[in-house]
Amino acid sequence: MKEKPRIFSKLWMAVLLAFFYAPILYIIVFSFNGNRSLTHLNGFSLQWYEKMFSSNDMMDAVFYTIAVALIATAVSTVVGTISAIGLSKSNKVLKATVEHINDLPIMNPEIVTAIGLLMFFSALGVKKGFLTMVLAHIMFCTPYVMLSVSPKLRSLDPNLADACMDLGATPWQALTKVIVPQIMPGIISGALISFTMSFDDFIISYFVTGNGVSNISILVYTMSKRVNPSINALSTIVILLITVVLLLINMIPILKERKRVK
Amino acid sequence: MRHFKTMLYPYLVWIGVMIVVPMLMIVMYAITQKGNDVTTFRFTLDNFAYFFSDAIFLDVLKRSLWIAILTTIVCILLGYPTAYFIANAHPNWHMRMVLLVTIPTWINMLVRTYAWMGILQDDGIINSFLGLLGLEPIKMLHTSFAVVLGMVYNFLPFMILQIHTSLTKMDKSLLEAANDLGADRLQRFLRVTLPLSMPGVISGITLVFLPAVSSFFIPKLLGGGQFVLIGNVIESQFLTSGNWNFGSAISMIMAVIIMISMYITKKVDRNVDERGV
Repeated sequence: MKEKPRIFSKLWMAVLLAFFYAPILYIIVFSFNGNRSLTHLNGFSLQWYEKMFSSNDMMDAVFYTIAVALIATAVSTVVGTISAIGLSKSNKVLKATVEHINDLPIMNPEIVTAIGLLMFFSALGVKKGFLTMVLAHIMFCTPYVMLSVSPKLRSLDPNLADACMDLGATPWQALTKVIVPQIMPGIISGALISFTMSFDDFIISYFVTGNGVSNISILVYTMSKRVNPSINALSTIVILLITVVLLLINMIPILKERKRVK
Repeated sequence: MRHFKTMLYPYLVWIGVMIVVPMLMIVMYAITQKGNDVTTFRFTLDNFAYFFSDAIFLDVLKRSLWIAILTTIVCILLGYPTAYFIANAHPNWHMRMVLLVTIPTWINMLVRTYAWMGILQDDGIINSFLGLLGLEPIKMLHTSFAVVLGMVYNFLPFMILQIHTSLTKMDKSLLEAANDLGADRLQRFLRVTLPLSMPGVISGITLVFLPAVSSFFIPKLLGGGQFVLIGNVIESQFLTSGNWNFGSAISMIMAVIIMISMYITKKVDRNVDERGV
């Protein structure tokens, strides 16, 4: 009698995972298609990969996506960590205010944040493109870094830094040698969230960019109007990259655990 | 350690400039007339009046709400059992299942939505398969079915993960207690598990409804050019017709609708709680 629901739940999960992975599999299979069709397979070829690597638009988009993601991750991780430490020592009113403002880009629909930034950059007269995209990405990534660092700070002993300084450490030493190492897991997960958020962003990037600067998402959006199987090739590479990174992240704790056991 | 708090000050300036000012600009543009400059503001509510007096925009609003509500309901119906099965899976499988549900969300949404275009096309995979079975092709791409499917596909993992979190946090001894007190399987689920997992459902609703009601690339790619939701109207006001004042007003209307929906959701949840007790 207990077997019946087990079979049902296994079947349910199988169908659901098929639904989740069918489009991903579809992209990978059709990236090796022998002809232009997006609906019928016709032999195996690598022509779409060749076309992708020889397309300036696509290579530029890959470059911009990675460059923006790296810069935004680096800046927002540093800024977010510093600000989270400052926030943890601030009074209640300031804390609540900053947390509420940080919530705005997280809770608002992305399109609202996007049009706000579009009008803001236009009012300043900043030329829209790479710089505006980087600034916007730093803006929406930093709150996530703070969200993942703050809980680690809360679990620290509030007297920890004072204890260090009583023992002769300068505030800088207390910060870099004691506090930062303690909150490192939070900083790393904040950085990873930032990188993937920035790497995958479409809506905000789409509104604040200009002058031909596109990331991968914008490129897919503008190219999807015409049949272009190179998008599948590009997407396949993106999928493989992200999957490898995700598996590594999930493997690291397991590998560490094994080492400890040995 | 007190002086560490000065480390926050640069960020205060940054969020003031990058978050608060752009938000205020939306409000500013929404309540002023087109073509004003810094010295001459002409305040007006015409932008809002224009939206609510035009049947076309009201239809767009109704369609957006309908699609978002439908998406949310489908996500609950599919997401709850999934989260429940994962939470009750064998410990070995538990984390793997969570990872399998998470991986697709890390892959670019545009890319995944684009894939559905090929699958749903008139001569796409599904219709080719139907053809092999000797069935007539069904028009799927550029219908509201495709739009809801695209949204469910993109947002369902959020619902699953939220419900899953609240189910795993649940104190399992409560179920044993209910069992000892004579509750059967169904009663245990309805009186213990379901009420305790409601916070997960509520945050799942937020994470699905919010992007669904404001989405603009899913309706554009899967619904075609004629399928206009409120996000598409905002996009076109900013990127093609250039009426920022009207566009700002629409996004404010959307923000208010979202706030009201969240309020209703929380209220309903509270009433359910009270009845449960």
